[in-house]
Amino acid sequence: MHLMYFTEQPMSAYSEKSGKEFGATALMFSNSNYDPVEGSRLYNQYLEEYIWAEECGVDGIMLNEHHNAPFCMQSQTNVFASILAAVTKHVKIVILGNPLPLSENPVQLAETLGMIDMISKGRLVSGFVRGGGQEQLANGVNPAFNRERFIEAHDLITKTWTQPGPFRWEGTHYQNRVVNPWVVPMQKPYPRVWIPGVLSKETIIWTAKQRYPYICLNTSIEATKAIWETYDAAAEEVGYTPGPENRGYLIRVHCQMDEEKALENGRQFMWMQGEFTGLAHPVWSSPSGYFSPTQRRNFVQFATGRAINPRGEPTYRDQLDSMLIIAGTPKQCIEKLRFIMRETRPGIMALWGNDGFVSPTDSKECIRLLGQEVMPALRETAKELGLNSPFEANAPVHLNYSTDLRQPARAAE
Amino acid sequence: MTSSVAWTDSSATIAGVRLNYSRAGSGRPIVVLHHDIGTVDRLPFYDALAGGNDTIVVNLPGYGKSERPEWMRHPRDIAAMVQWLLHDLNVKNASVVGLGFGGWIAAEMASQGPSDFAKLVLVGPMGILPPQGYILDQALVNYIEYARAGFHTDAAFASVYGDVSIDQLEIFDVCREMSFRIAWKPYMYSQTLPHLLGGVRAPALVVVGEHDQVVPHSAADVYVTALRSARKEVVAGSGHCVDMEKPAELAGLVTKFING
Repeated sequence: MHLMYFTEQPMSAYSEKSGKEFGATALMFSNSNYDPVEGSRLYNQYLEEYIWAEECGVDGIMLNEHHNAPFCMQSQTNVFASILAAVTKHVKIVILGNPLPLSENPVQLAETLGMIDMISKGRLVSGFVRGGGQEQLANGVNPAFNRERFIEAHDLITKTWTQPGPFRWEGTHYQNRVVNPWVVPMQKPYPRVWIPGVLSKETIIWTAKQRYPYICLNTSIEATKAIWETYDAAAEEVGYTPGPENRGYLIRVHCQMDEEKALENGRQFMWMQGEFTGLAHPVWSSPSGYFSPTQRRNFVQFATGRAINPRGEPTYRDQLDSMLIIAGTPKQCIEKLRFIMRETRPGIMALWGNDGFVSPTDSKECIRLLGQEVMPALRETAKELGLNSPFEANAPVHLNYSTDLRQPARAAE
Repeated sequence: MTSSVAWTDSSATIAGVRLNYSRAGSGRPIVVLHHDIGTVDRLPFYDALAGGNDTIVVNLPGYGKSERPEWMRHPRDIAAMVQWLLHDLNVKNASVVGLGFGGWIAAEMASQGPSDFAKLVLVGPMGILPPQGYILDQALVNYIEYARAGFHTDAAFASVYGDVSIDQLEIFDVCREMSFRIAWKPYMYSQTLPHLLGGVRAPALVVVGEHDQVVPHSAADVYVTALRSARKEVVAGSGHCVDMEKPAELAGLVTKFING
């Protein structure tokens, strides 16, 4: 079991009132509501927390990236990954992930990740994402080519990492007449690639066909099981039977020695109304061409206010009851997390510990309890259940490096 | 919407893609190119044109009923496909009426074939960066809000789209996706088109709705200046979609200009 600490890095020092009045805390919510002095304080607080998490024994630190919104301060995940590469010693630096379609130059991204891998002495896990709909708009990137750019950028980056240069790339969205960066990762054939996601069936299938682990982002237990069914079927098609090493799960967990305090702080997970993207705007979060055509009829109704959010709007109590959020003492957290582990059998887990306005003192105590009490217990459970991480299972980095396929490896689609 | 005109719906394969078009009437040929929100099948404006002219309403590739060319990357590609269609239909010396986004296509066609067309009518044309203001960014508003922005009054919008069915919302989304595919950046204009308009020989009429909230009037002014022979008309009480909001007025302007 690989156990990570995660926080969205909330930019909590902004005017909630302004956000509610505007009606959205994304994309067009003015950055005049952003205070860089407070931003500086929070960046440094989160950096301290990551270092503390390593001291408390976590296996990895999970990072992500969003734009134009207070719910996540990281607009460049590679910046924090670079810092952690230098200031930490043991933890895996797990980027989940770089939004590939936003890159106009995947070769340069390949270089950046190669540098992070070398500076960290081979501790990089290089996750990739499509990026949310509003991330495309925030960066002026065409949402209609999001998936095409994601796949092509992935193919270019992995080729850059594995094939000696110089070579030429004449793709649909990227053309590089000379690909020959001297900076390449030290991990061979290349750093592990994990793919996080929530909704997209196409992404799940693509991930399974690459043999990359898929990380379910706080999906319900039922939805998680459905995702594994889709993943497993796609994996079987290309000749392997996936196991826990292919499965990851992110869950919001706030832990304190005092249950009441844990529940009070856990409510901060709702500071963005329980949504990943705050007060989302349905048009900005789902621009035309971004989502699957199979979902067109549902999304056009959602975008025009004729249908409710497909994710629903569960209350804090609902989410505690369904274990989308866990808040409690170490013992209580362990019990619930063990239940999730038994039900969903992941080899990778990310514990999203703090959000919103949780105080620095309480954040650090939560991290201590997660790292020193909860995670050790989960590791024991993982051993009992045979939930091995990709590292423990020595899983191939990609389908093409498999030695156990039931049929010759095909070029992954 | 219903029509008293006998329209014939046909399709042709152009560049490997099925292109749909409707045709009615007789007389000097007019090709109509629709907005970026697509078009309903029948409109009073189309009927009015067909009353005295051979009128061809093209469903632009990727919009409405026509197939999407996955390879397409620029409105200029549509212009070339429509030229191809006209050649296959043996339609010569046609006049082109471009509505909004279709105005951009019409201008591209004329710039590619400076002597190919009899007259050019551009109605609230996109395709040029307005010196003042911006073309409304549909990525930031929902489908109904964007379509509604093309009209000055709710009543005019409702007369065409009613309560906006879910099927219509899907059509709007298909059209929006196609617009993103070919006109995302720069958004809804060409940086090179203004330099090419000077070659166009066809006399041009540039029409704007008085209350156009989608394309600033300043874009039309650039067209009038850049084209060799062009003048501007403002239709009072109309928004961007003059063809749907003031069909009789626009049809009058167009037929007088083309047939006069």
